[in-house]
Amino acid sequence: MSLDLEAARLIAAAIAVLAGLIVPIGQGNVAAKAIEAIARQPEARGHITSTMFIGCALSETSGIYGLLISIIILFAM
Amino acid sequence: MDFNIRNFGVVNIGGIEVWVTETLVNTWMIMAVLVAFAIIVRVKIKKWTEVPEGKFQNTVEAIVETFDNFVKSSAGSKLSYLGPWFFTVFCFILLSNISGLVYGTRPPTADWACTFAFALATFFLIQYAGLRYQGTKYLKSFIEPVVFFFPLNVIGELARPISLSFRLFGNLLAGMLLMTMLYEMTPIFLKFLVPVPLHIYFDLVAGILQTYVFCILSLSFIGAVAETE
Repeated sequence: MSLDLEAARLIAAAIAVLAGLIVPIGQGNVAAKAIEAIARQPEARGHITSTMFIGCALSETSGIYGLLISIIILFAM
Repeated sequence: MDFNIRNFGVVNIGGIEVWVTETLVNTWMIMAVLVAFAIIVRVKIKKWTEVPEGKFQNTVEAIVETFDNFVKSSAGSKLSYLGPWFFTVFCFILLSNISGLVYGTRPPTADWACTFAFALATFFLIQYAGLRYQGTKYLKSFIEPVVFFFPLNVIGELARPISLSFRLFGNLLAGMLLMTMLYEMTPIFLKFLVPVPLHIYFDLVAGILQTYVFCILSLSFIGAVAETE
């Protein structure tokens, strides 16, 4: 059985975007730990929140890469 | 559906082809808005007083002070001279992120050229801060722990502006793609109703959050390099 090229391209794009499956787990972990820290030390709320945003943004990177690879496969190849 | 960046024409300046794309036009429109706003503020505060009197001067000073404190808290107080630059970047990226609220406008930050320019500026600021505050120690940090790690360290350094620009670009592009698809899918009599809540998320919430993330990540990269123990 042979796939034609267009179908293979679409399947490849779909596989690439699967990188976004694991990202929400990591971001949820970051947010949960931040909430725990705020509950323990409510006065450090500002610092914890800004650090949480940095952590969320950094853990988001791999998901963004998957999205970009799938977009490149779809529109630029 | 057409997701590509539209091209309005090609201008030939001294043998160099300049493509007038949608991104370029939208960038200049946002710049015009920012410059007009700045000129209006400048004219209004002609009679500047040492102690703020009017409501207007108070507001302007509060905004500038808030941003200065943000820079100081995330990059360190000796880097407070970066405040004006990052305030400009913040205003521009914020305005271009939420410019998707105007029907059919493609945000300039949904073009990699735009975000990569900002990330490249951050990259040069990182190198400048490292050389200024650490000197030869910064150059030495490239061959640590052993000399063979030099290529890896260089690649890690070069990956920083790329990941920084892809983060902003990917978020904005995803929002724009979803909004375009939604506008294509909804029937004509629902076009004014269905996309509104999604506009609030993809343009307002994600736009403001990504602007904040871009600024705070740049500032903490620069601050981490400038730190001398």
